[in-house]
Amino acid sequence: MAEKEKYTFGIETFGDIGFNEDGTQLDAGQALRQLIKEAKLADELGIDVIGLGEHHRSEYAVSSPEIVLAAIAEVTKNIKLSTAVTVLSSDDPVRVFERFSTLHALSNGREQVMLGRGSFTESFPLFGFNMEDYDNLFEEKIAMWQELLKGEAMNWNGKLTQKLTDTTVYPQLPKGETIDTVVGVGGSPDSIVRAVYYGYPVILAIIGGEPSRFKPYVELYKKASDQFKKPLQPLGMHSHGIILEDGEEAKRVGWEYIKASMDRIGADRGWAPMSRDRFEFEVDKGSYYVGTPEEVAQKIAKNMKDLDMNRFDLVYGTGGQLLHQRNETIRLYGEKVVPRVKELLGGE
Amino acid sequence: MAKPIIGILGAGKLGSTLARLGVQAGYDIIIANRHPVSQLNWIMATMAPGATVMTAEEVVMNADVIILAIPLSHYRNLDPEAFAGKIALDATNYWFEVDGTTNTISDLKKSSSEVIQEHLKDSLVAKAFNHMGYHDLEIEVDRHPHEKRAMAYATNHDSIRPTVEEIITNFGFAPFDLGALRFGLYLEPGSPLFGEAITTEEFKEKIDHIYDSSFGKKIIEARGGEIK
Ligand SMILES: NC(=O)c1ccc[n+]([C@@H]2O[C@H](COP(=O)([O-])OP(=O)(O)OC[C@H]3O[C@@H](n4cnc5c(N)ncnc54)[C@H](OP(=O)(O)O)[C@@H]3O)[C@@H](O)[C@H]2O)c1
Repeated sequence: MAEKEKYTFGIETFGDIGFNEDGTQLDAGQALRQLIKEAKLADELGIDVIGLGEHHRSEYAVSSPEIVLAAIAEVTKNIKLSTAVTVLSSDDPVRVFERFSTLHALSNGREQVMLGRGSFTESFPLFGFNMEDYDNLFEEKIAMWQELLKGEAMNWNGKLTQKLTDTTVYPQLPKGETIDTVVGVGGSPDSIVRAVYYGYPVILAIIGGEPSRFKPYVELYKKASDQFKKPLQPLGMHSHGIILEDGEEAKRVGWEYIKASMDRIGADRGWAPMSRDRFEFEVDKGSYYVGTPEEVAQKIAKNMKDLDMNRFDLVYGTGGQLLHQRNETIRLYGEKVVPRVKELLGGE
Repeated sequence: MAKPIIGILGAGKLGSTLARLGVQAGYDIIIANRHPVSQLNWIMATMAPGATVMTAEEVVMNADVIILAIPLSHYRNLDPEAFAGKIALDATNYWFEVDGTTNTISDLKKSSSEVIQEHLKDSLVAKAFNHMGYHDLEIEVDRHPHEKRAMAYATNHDSIRPTVEEIITNFGFAPFDLGALRFGLYLEPGSPLFGEAITTEEFKEKIDHIYDSSFGKKIIEARGGEIK
């Protein structure tokens, strides 16, 4: 018998600050402690990965994901501790290495860094970088990252980064171990090609429209690994979702909170608010996984198959949501959706 | 004229999407970025099968109509002589994340496409394909097969209106003529029309109320009145 395909299922959050049942919003401290509880639940349910975004805005609590991940490491056993994403361009790769090799030690190698651009750009002025250097910053820093991962004394002569001469960065990784690195990508063909060039698995952000629209990107991913003669890495996707036993309620929650979150992001970029009709489309045919466990499982399985995905991450808690809604989403995802998707895909 | 050869400068999110739409519409599409042809070739073979990759110079030389899908701030790299006599569809926008925190290129008195027209002084510039997000060029079009989305354009050259309209139509949109190039300001980031993938009727409605918006008010303040 052929070996069963292995899949990875994760949850992710931007760190959206949730709401109490009475509608009051948590404060940032409460939101962070809530996150630890949610991660613990996810671990108990056997969910493979939790990914935390890095944001520097009022609606999100997580600006230093590795610190939160380190706390999560202490109360969990198996779950992989990931970012989603680490904005490498406006970070210092040496510092990123130090934080993740620390997390590597504390979590016994459960860390993962997802490098990427992220949805926002507020980190650039905040940390003193020029946005217009974005591409060059990323290009140079991902190359530096690859050097750092070798874990040896290194020499580096950067244009936008520091010069290093025979420098070792600490804590060193144990011999033969590395920091699990993936790259989060939006809709830019160049980003996919670059990730493959450096040999990292890609997670596609599929946050709108019919997922099948991403087929050319999936093809590009495969072709790029041929082109660069790199082994084909697993491919993943992440999308927003709300899972409740009451599917209609899930839609109502989505229309309230996902819309609010999208509209807020849109307003910054000068886009019109989301229409009801577009929301319905995203739920029915598009990129929102909102509904009952069975509805969501069917949709995940269909799109993973269609796009030949090895990993799916559900972005939960978008726009904040009530704590019990976040909780139920995670619980149903772990208890019902993931096993059902595996069954539908015939893998494990 | 028979179907014009369409050149696309820029093979990123927008350029590769437009290349795909153009091939589907039956055009000869030639496309370039600043990479060697051999590097872009296999990427385009996947992203927009049927489009031909050339160098940027060759694209400009061989195309009848050139779509600008590069960062606005790179416009000075475009050679006005090579563009002379050609139609240029300017899809670029000033986007602070790419072009820098302060816009030193255009303002509310002079839209970015007017700047491009001044630079490409012997070309026939139209602002087009700039106001719709690249993903919506496909998502919103595909999910409304019977209600075409309005794609607005603006130009100072009446002679090219039929060609521009034909291209927009063949790409799957309803052309919406805003008039002279200066009115293209209505399509720029910050405007309520920016980002819109809506029907002609809805678009018309929004244009009619543009001066009620904070963007419209800013135009009046900057120019001492509405765009005439
Ligand atoms: N994204 C959208 O939804 C959207 C919608 C409407 C309008 N626009 C506008 O369209 C333009 C492109 O946006 P995008 O999102 O597609 O950006 P992008 O993904 O970054 O793509 C830009 C492309 O331009 C190429 N390029 C840069 N300078 C060039 C030059 N001098 N000659 C030839 N190619 C050059 C780049 O390749 P190399 O750097 O490798 O050469 C890349 O292929 C921008 O002005 C944007 O404001 C974007």
